[in-house]
Parts: sequence; structure tokens; C-alpha cells
Amino acid sequence: MNEILTAVIPVVIIGVICAVVLVVASKFMAVKENEKIPKIRECLPGANCGACGFAGCDGYAKALAEVEGTATNLCIPGADAVSQKISEILGVEFEDVIEKVAVVGCAGDCNFTQDKVEYSGIESCAAAKLIFGSKGECSYGCMGLGDCMKVCPNNAICIENGIAHINTRLCVGCGLCTKACPNHLISLIDDVEKVLVTCSNKDKGAMTRKVCKNGCIGCKKCEKVCSTGAIKVVDNLAVIDYSKCPECDDFGVCARECTTGCIVISDFSGIHRVKEQK
Amino acid sequence: MTNFIIIMLSAVFINNYVLSRFLGICPFLGVSKKLNQAAGMSVAVIFVMLMATAVTWPIQTFLLDPNNLGYLQTIVFILVIAALVQLVEIVLKRYIPSLHKSLGVYLPLITTNCAVLGVTILNIDEGYTFAESMVNSFGSGLGFFLAMVMFSGVRSRLEGADIPKAFQGLPVTLVAASITSLSFLGFSGVIENLFA
Repeated sequence: MNEILTAVIPVVIIGVICAVVLVVASKFMAVKENEKIPKIRECLPGANCGACGFAGCDGYAKALAEVEGTATNLCIPGADAVSQKISEILGVEFEDVIEKVAVVGCAGDCNFTQDKVEYSGIESCAAAKLIFGSKGECSYGCMGLGDCMKVCPNNAICIENGIAHINTRLCVGCGLCTKACPNHLISLIDDVEKVLVTCSNKDKGAMTRKVCKNGCIGCKKCEKVCSTGAIKVVDNLAVIDYSKCPECDDFGVCARECTTGCIVISDFSGIHRVKEQK
Repeated sequence: MTNFIIIMLSAVFINNYVLSRFLGICPFLGVSKKLNQAAGMSVAVIFVMLMATAVTWPIQTFLLDPNNLGYLQTIVFILVIAALVQLVEIVLKRYIPSLHKSLGVYLPLITTNCAVLGVTILNIDEGYTFAESMVNSFGSGLGFFLAMVMFSGVRSRLEGADIPKAFQGLPVTLVAASITSLSFLGFSGVIENLFA
């Protein structure tokens, strides 16, 4: 019995000392965390997509709580609902979130263009890009190996006919795919826009025509028919300045007049707007 | 002085904790995927090993040995190391938040790392003095660092390699680990003759 006691007592004493030290330490050295942080963090979606420009949802919550004047409408996946909640917690005025959707600036699927090489390397656009610039005829176009598909948190991207398609109804606008694409084909647009240039080829018209029937040949027809001057051909490629589109009185004329059909009209309403409509 | 150098070198190369003694294998396979993570984990291990030795050596020498309680070594050491790591975490969080952030989740993970317990117990078993124990702990930590950094390099090579399907993932990692460990056998017997 005595032997057991001589063993138990020292261990208990050491344990108690450790416990006391820890309790005292945690009391005296407690770090005061801003109590708003966990509250705000709870409102955020938790996808850690980085669309707000901070290091994940935790970083954004911290900045909101501690840095005066951080905008509450930066969380694009969370949209208005999240902005509303954060504004309530912080006691500031509600700011509307401009919802975004990702769109692919290439429609050169297998009906319009073909592969230059028979690629059998690693299934990754970034890897294919390293070999001769591209696996397809067009070195600006989508290679369809799905780097964007892999990073999409919402499974909104699929590869069909050799190029990426984004289901804008599912897209939350986090922008992860824009960073994943080695050809920088994917961009975020406000989800109220309706026209889109589906080509990113900057080569001269004849070169573009040779590699892809869908490509923008830089004919400037759209520039001429556009009444507001929103479309400009830069580097043999039509670029739309969406800020001028609302003034347009003949909406969609650019798409109708496009010689190769690379400007398209479509409904790019994102997941947030779809929810609102319901 | 030669004594310290011998202890140090043998802890880093010959009795490397991961590659020769096979302690602390879990982080060796778990956190060695990326170089900066591996380095962060190893720095935390060095830190905790030094702290743990500084606390457990006096406990063994002045408390357990005089009272004939040597058999309580393992349980007391685990208790003390766990409490110590917690304490270090609290202190770091309060005074050096940047270090706390960079060590991140690795600090609490080390509580259950057998390399830390191993180094404290082996210090006693080898009969080292306090100074020798500290040198040995630092050397062991460095050895851990070396193994982690080296292996993260090996693994980054494996990522791009064309590996048969059956070997992909963990199997090839284990094969690579065994070969790395085998290469460290080449150091055995070097130290004894180095200062002879």
C-alpha cells in the first residue's frame, strides 16, 4: 500500500502543480479577442475563397472587426444576405454587394478548332501550357484539361466538347478559377451583363481565322455598330466596356452583327440573382 | 568540448531520430509534403525538445532518482511535457503572436510526438549531464529538421514522377522513406573514428 502511495502522491502533486500553473497562466495571459470576430466569422460562408481580398474568412472577419472602414460588401459568394448581417453586427450602413459571375473568354470547342498535338501528359492545363504553349491550334484558347474545374468549390464548371463551360446559375463569383487558368481566359463580370466576347485570340485576323472558326478577327464591325462606343478592338480583339452598356438603345446589336459569332448574348445571372427571382 | 561535438554530430547524423531510431515518424510522413510546413514543424520540435529537456532532466535527477521513483519516468515526463507545451502556447500567444501564428497547429501536435518523449528519456538513459542533455536535444532537433527538409525535397520530386498506379500515394512515400533512412546508415561508425 505504501509503495502505491509513494508513487501516486508525487504524480498527483506534479499534475496539480502543472494544472495550477496552466490555470494561472491562462488567466493572466489571456488574449482579449474582439468578441465581434467569431460573430462575424459565423455569418461568412467559410469557403476561404479569398474573393474579398483577405486571407480567408478568418482574415476578413478580423479586418472587419478591427480595422475601421473595412467595406462590408466584399464577400461576393455570401452576397447581400451576408453583407446585411455584417452591417447589423458592426452597426454600419448596409452596402449592396455587386454579385459577380465567372465567364470563359473562349468558345473554340471541337466544332470550331482542333488539337495541334496529341497530348497525353499530366491532366492539367498548366502542364500542357508548358509544352509548345498550348495543346490546341490556338495558343490563346481553352485547353479543356480542367484546372478551373478542379478549383471550383461549387462544381459550376464542366468540360464539354474540349472547353470549359461555366454554369452561371451555380457560380458564386469567388474568382478562384480566374487564377487557375494559365491562359487567363476566365474573368468575373457583374451578373447583370448580357453580352460577352467569347474569344481571347490577339493574333491578326487571318491567323485567328486559320486556327479557329469562332475567333475574333478584329474586323471592327462591332465597333461601328455600337452606338455608345462601348466596344473597342484592342490588339485585334474586341473588348467590351460594360460601364457604357446600360446606355445602349439597341441592345445586342454587337452580337447580331458579329461576323464570326464570337460575341454572344446570354443570361449570365448568377446563383444570387436566381435565388432572388424565386 | 570534443564531447559536445561528438554528441551533437551523432544526434544529427548517426542516431538521427527519424531515420535511425524511427521516432517521430508520424510528422515525418504527415507534414513533409511542403517544404515550409516541414521546416515550421521542425523548428517547433527543436524548440519543444530543448524546453522539455530543460524541465525533465532536473525532475529526474532531483525528484525521481533520490526517491527511488525511476519507474514513474514515462508517465511524469508525458504529464510535464504536455503541460509545458500548453504553457508555451499560452505565453507565445500573449507575447509573440507572430511566432504563435507561424507555429500554428504544430505546437499542440508536438505534445504527442514520441521524438520529444524519446529524447528526454534517452538523455537520462545515456547518463548525460545537464549541458550534455541540452546539446543532445538540440542535435536531435536538428536531425529531425534535416530529415524533414530532406524528405520534403524527395516528396516534391515524387509528385512529378511517373509512378505505377499501385504505388501512388503512401506506398511510394514509404519506399522513399526507407531508402532515405538506408542512406543514413552510411554514417554509422564515422564519429567514433572522427576524433580518434
